[in-house]
Amino acid sequence: MLNYTPPLDLVFAALADPTRRAIVERLTEGPASVSQLAQPLTISLPAVLQHLRVLETSGLVHTEKTGRVRTCRVDEAVLHTAESWIVERRAIWERRFDRLGAVLAETTD
Amino acid sequence: MSITRSTEYATFTIERSYDAAPERVYAAWASRDTKRRWFGDPESTPEAYDLDFRVGGLEISRGGPPGGPIYTYVATYQDIVPNVRIAFSHTIDAGEDRISVCVSTVEFKANGAGTRMTFTEQGVFLDGLDTPAQRQHGTNELLDSLGAYLAK
Repeated sequence: MLNYTPPLDLVFAALADPTRRAIVERLTEGPASVSQLAQPLTISLPAVLQHLRVLETSGLVHTEKTGRVRTCRVDEAVLHTAESWIVERRAIWERRFDRLGAVLAETTD
Repeated sequence: MSITRSTEYATFTIERSYDAAPERVYAAWASRDTKRRWFGDPESTPEAYDLDFRVGGLEISRGGPPGGPIYTYVATYQDIVPNVRIAFSHTIDAGEDRISVCVSTVEFKANGAGTRMTFTEQGVFLDGLDTPAQRQHGTNELLDSLGAYLAK
């Protein structure tokens, strides 16, 4: 039996940042070099590399250096784990508790 | 349509703080009329809702998105300590298929004038990764909703 808890935590932490989500979304279209990733993001190359390190640690992204070019690709299996049922279940309860908060706020006396 | 059989075990915890005393947060779980206001997805068409809030009592919620499968949630209340704790077991079916069997616990702790609520779900998720509904779920859409709740 696989224990998904530690990798899922890392994956969630990695995806909690909008820049890293943009990188992952770009990579779901296909592999890209670091400079290709940096271009639409309007952030510096070192900043992109820092985000890539977090994504690599989570297992979501693998990078490979050939000559001067570092190519990044998304790990479909890890992404698939992240998009599993559990994520959806959690999101369903999160939305419920938002609505509970709204109901409680309405009925304040 | 063939189904790939799989079982995946998971636990997750959600913590929330509300500006309401534990008695009021607990009441929102215990009252049928209050609970139906926040429990069901507003984008789903509700087909049935009932709550018999006592140990051994059942809660049934059935509904689904327009054109999608009908989800049936059935919970049995296993432990109730008013204003302190509720434990329940529940199953979810998508159409005719059972997709999860879980045990959930919600705890209420006074936090100043408000409440810290801790919800923990432990369960087995059945055949979940390979259902067509999962496949159709767009990766980018998922990343967005993931980001939305993680940003809170």
